[in-house]
Amino acid sequence: MAKAEQNPSDEQEVMKGTSAVAKGVMAADPDVVSAYPITPQTGVVEKLSELVADGQLDSEFIKVDSEFNAASTCIGASAAGARAFSATSSQGLKLMSEPLFTAAGMRLPIVMAVANRSLSAPLSIWADHTDAFAERDGGMLQFHAEDVQEAIDHVLMGFRVAEQVNLPVLSNFDGFILTHVQEPADIPSEEEVSEFLPPRDPEFTLDPSDPKTMGAFARPEHWTETRYAIQEAMMESKDVWAQTVQEFKEVFGRDYTEYNGMLDTYHGDADYLLVALGSICGTIRGVIDEYRAEGVDVGLVRPRVHRPFPTEELREALGDAEAVGVLTKEMSPGYESALAGEIKGTLYHAENQPPIKSFVIGMAGRDVNAPEIGTMIEETMEASAPMTFEEQESWPQLREEILNGGDQ
Amino acid sequence: MSSDLQDQDFTDEVEHGEELWNPGHRACAGCGPALAMKYITEAAGPNTIVTNATGCMEVVSTPFPESSWGTSYIHNIFENAASVAAGVEAAYQSFDRRDPDHLDVSDEDDLNIIAIGGDGATADIGFRALSGMMERGHDVTYIMYDNEAYMNTGVQRSSQTPLGASTTTSPAGTESIGNDTNKKDMASIAADHGVEYVATASISNPHDFKQKVEKALEIDGPKFLHVYSPCPVGWSYESSKTVELAELAVETGLFPVFEMENGEITNVNKISDRKPVREWLETQGRFKHLFEGEEGEETIEALQEWIDGRAEDLGLDA
Repeated sequence: MAKAEQNPSDEQEVMKGTSAVAKGVMAADPDVVSAYPITPQTGVVEKLSELVADGQLDSEFIKVDSEFNAASTCIGASAAGARAFSATSSQGLKLMSEPLFTAAGMRLPIVMAVANRSLSAPLSIWADHTDAFAERDGGMLQFHAEDVQEAIDHVLMGFRVAEQVNLPVLSNFDGFILTHVQEPADIPSEEEVSEFLPPRDPEFTLDPSDPKTMGAFARPEHWTETRYAIQEAMMESKDVWAQTVQEFKEVFGRDYTEYNGMLDTYHGDADYLLVALGSICGTIRGVIDEYRAEGVDVGLVRPRVHRPFPTEELREALGDAEAVGVLTKEMSPGYESALAGEIKGTLYHAENQPPIKSFVIGMAGRDVNAPEIGTMIEETMEASAPMTFEEQESWPQLREEILNGGDQ
Repeated sequence: MSSDLQDQDFTDEVEHGEELWNPGHRACAGCGPALAMKYITEAAGPNTIVTNATGCMEVVSTPFPESSWGTSYIHNIFENAASVAAGVEAAYQSFDRRDPDHLDVSDEDDLNIIAIGGDGATADIGFRALSGMMERGHDVTYIMYDNEAYMNTGVQRSSQTPLGASTTTSPAGTESIGNDTNKKDMASIAADHGVEYVATASISNPHDFKQKVEKALEIDGPKFLHVYSPCPVGWSYESSKTVELAELAVETGLFPVFEMENGEITNVNKISDRKPVREWLETQGRFKHLFEGEEGEETIEALQEWIDGRAEDLGLDA
């Protein structure tokens, strides 16, 4: 199936990605917004500030001193029963990391838009997925949007899922590539959204008329169970996500229901499949069209959800492939790219285990062009097991002359 | 100052089970901060939400599945009690404006939002969160209980540790007289943020402390209280002496008790015949090395000079 179709009856607006996401947030009608500017997310904060200043968004907007305290104020607000939103990128997400892990442990459904960007050092402001993957093990659901429309919709669906399973959400969209692009998008109104996303109705809050102790100190005889409860909620969130995309389709007409909303495919029954996250998939589709026109049976599998991991769906989608190429904008020093490693792990129990080759590309905004993707398709087609470490992970964009001290 | 609190003995009046800081917590015998928690909750009453930093009081009061807190209570991490409180306050502002029936709070205008942290959580690692909360003007009363080190992790120095104290990260030794800095002046720092009401208090005078908590809670906007709370384990003294040592710190001027309103000192607990700090230092194991040589004597003199200077600035001497 092609990627989600727009409802042709909707009137679309053309606006910058960050503004569009901010308007999506407005439609979710949060009680509290707390965010700190950081490139390339800044436009979200600025637009939300503007919407509040103009009386269009009726939220408490906390002009915090840092991302650390953006996350911390969201924790207080969410614990008090509020619908809380924040947005960040890169170093800001790292600064939030400590409170965000506790938000998962305390089961607070905060939704965050993350404009993905590399992590220092060296300093870079451009897109890759290092920041999102660094938060992988905290207990936050993670979505990756391919385009601006999906980034908006993931925020709305994110609140809906988060508030049912009581876990925070990182709704990822690529820095600059999506934050600074002008794309037509359907911005749902608050009225439309209210049907899909009713006001938050939390079970436990900081209510003085019914005092509770939240965030207690747990000793070894109790702590394991809190972590297990996160695992259960993550697994439960797959069903909740499946229902959510179904209802989203019914309300808004946009169809994200393929593979229960976990995967989006393009010629997904092809012999050779590429796997990638986020905005690069637009370029990949174009290259796939060219290769298919020449008779090469190649397709794309795009996980829209990275946590919970789409295990069963990936087994089904990749199990019949001749070979799989994972194009990924992250790496795990000392092992291999985390996404490729996770896909290998998920196919361990599959009947067929295609050879998997990973390509570390697009790091810190390095442009990935169509010929490079073509080369990766060809290398995937040549992949055969067993592979040495050097064979299984390649860095096709690596500039050897820089490593050797040239091109200063 | 006058208050009806002065004529009441709350310790006897409140039955167990009705208390908002309940017995059974795991604090050490003679814990000064535990007394501070008792006085805070007695002054604030049940219409209160407490946010607490990681530290002694959080660890001793919330061993899951038990809790000493009769108020609404949330702990998050070491360095964000002020921000969590700011978030709670923002949420209630939002409910108040958007959905007054959101929660069944008896009177939202009277809702007390109190952030509590130790000296480390407040003056050191949580300083940015506190600064931001105060600067943005949240209606939060921040109370720093000061036991002059990171007691929960094993007596490491903080920016509230006095000059000359031996701690596990500022140990006295052949090349060290112990901690080599004076206490950071948190009251002035808070006042410089434009905080309308700032006060210091000691657990040795619960009536005064509770009056200040009550006064703070009446004021809209951020408030900062610094309450002196000795620690028998970290300071190395007999646990029955906590209140006595807290009072002696006041009487020597090491811990001046005063109020600041709109940046001006408005009330100072004057001391007649201020005692030399030496009398206070002698009571505690953490200072015993100061009495063993010339360098120690110099340190005691330096500490006395610092106290005298502050006493003069504050008009502390009666």
